[in-house]
Amino acid sequence: MTTAVSILPAQQLAVLNDAYRKAVGRKRLKGALAVAVFFAVMVVAAVGAEVNLRTLFTYFGNFVSYFDRIFTLEDGTRVWTNFGEWFWGWQKWLKMLGETILISYVGTLIGAVFALALNFFAAENTSPSPWLRFTVRRLLEFARTVPGIVFALIFVIAFGLGPMAGVLAIAIHSTGALGKQFAEIVENADMKPVEGVRSTGASWLSCMRFAVLPQVVAGYASYALLRFEINVREASVMGFVGAGGIGQELVVAVRKFYYSDVSAILVMIVLTVFCIDIGTGWLRGRLFGKETQT
Amino acid sequence: MNLAAADRDGLRARYPDIFNRPASARLATPAMLLIAVGILVFGLVDLEFSPARLAAGLHQLGWITLMMLPPDPGSSLPLYLKALGETLSIALLGTTLAAVIALPVSLLAARNIVRSNILRFPVRRFLDSIRGVDTLIWALVWINVVGLGPFAGVLAIAVSDFGAFGKLFSEAIEAADQKQVEGIRASGGGALHEIRFGLIPQVLPVIAGQVLYFIESNTRSATIIGIVGAGGIGLQLAEQIRVLEWQKVSFLILMILIAVAAIDWISGKLRFAIIGRRAVA
Repeated sequence: MTTAVSILPAQQLAVLNDAYRKAVGRKRLKGALAVAVFFAVMVVAAVGAEVNLRTLFTYFGNFVSYFDRIFTLEDGTRVWTNFGEWFWGWQKWLKMLGETILISYVGTLIGAVFALALNFFAAENTSPSPWLRFTVRRLLEFARTVPGIVFALIFVIAFGLGPMAGVLAIAIHSTGALGKQFAEIVENADMKPVEGVRSTGASWLSCMRFAVLPQVVAGYASYALLRFEINVREASVMGFVGAGGIGQELVVAVRKFYYSDVSAILVMIVLTVFCIDIGTGWLRGRLFGKETQT
Repeated sequence: MNLAAADRDGLRARYPDIFNRPASARLATPAMLLIAVGILVFGLVDLEFSPARLAAGLHQLGWITLMMLPPDPGSSLPLYLKALGETLSIALLGTTLAAVIALPVSLLAARNIVRSNILRFPVRRFLDSIRGVDTLIWALVWINVVGLGPFAGVLAIAVSDFGAFGKLFSEAIEAADQKQVEGIRASGGGALHEIRFGLIPQVLPVIAGQVLYFIESNTRSATIIGIVGAGGIGLQLAEQIRVLEWQKVSFLILMILIAVAAIDWISGKLRFAIIGRRAVA
């Protein structure tokens, strides 16, 4: 079977081909320019960050051998041949991990309560006045942008060494992050119930309580659980600056070259994070599986 | 209201689900709240919270805040600007490096490319374990390997983002439309052709959007890895906090906030330019 391909006269074809080539050429030029700019930025950044490929090549062996060393016990055998020796401090470490999870839990809960109190003021549709909304939004932004560990550094000086500084740092950061997410849920809420409640003569507070809150509470809980998950990770490094949790043990082990301890603590942290991830995932599915509105 | 009150029995009869909820359903919420508050109280006690400590700390914090005003870099402004540049470089390089390494690995973790569960599973768990370790911990490890300085920071961000990117990219690849791939196969393309001409054009905009978003969030991470000695503005910040130079501290925090806002703005613009306004990942 022959197919008829209609071919335009040569003149018309030439014009079209020309236009096509020009268009493709322009696109290629743009692409090439973007790539050139990208590489220029990379080179500038590489100089700025003192990237030294020779160092990397010289020391890459170190990176591999570092992992070799942290998986070797002091008597030269592999760590998994002797679990008792590898996890010799498991009772202490388990206790510190418990503290880490507790720091994250208390911090998340305090943060969620503050976010709950503030988010109605930050949401476009429920805020009583524009300047209040502006102020609350800037406050939340500040709490969210300054990294948690910077707050921890300052709080360690103000409140003294210990988990309290870590909890407060996580609470502030969570307030900022959750406040924004909560406000976004509220902005997506249906406003008809609010009108209904207001038409009965209710105050602003009653409107929030009886018209908005029932719509958004599931979303709140879901985001708070996610935040808890993130905060467990965050809390695991709070100890680096003296703000409690397992990080303290880890930093000591790394700095003093207790190699097998480093791997033991890392394995415990990773396992804990896994368990928390799976646990909160399961809980979210249980609680909101059927009625996920957000 | 009187109407409703007069008809209470009628209402009860018509809506038994609302008026006669089983005890288990009614008790579930208070019970959960009780457990949550119980753990909270236990936590507060166990973590040595006390009103006295809180009050003293807040007093101290108020004092510190007063000391921070007005923000003032002293004579170290050039040093701080250089440190900020270093931080931005760390974020940029680390993220790019992570993306470059993660792209091939993410292909191995995607269901529509590697069909075998047994092959995919270890790759996924490997990525999960990398993600389970915080960037700061990676920074500590890399400092042991390449020494103090920003280079350790670049590698730390690259490794921890590698885990995140591997997962995100593989999800983007799994979400890609299979029709193009089938089209390539129908016209006689090999497996590599399928990936290059069927998949990559679909997922590249999504991936570019994610990379830009990560550069944004890594500017934040890069500010803190200096705290353990991996270069950038965090190093200066931690030092000034330790020597209680509060005016410099507030100036540094201000610098970080402005830099993050600027990067947010730029990457927002770029993201719109790449993937269009309608689909912001």
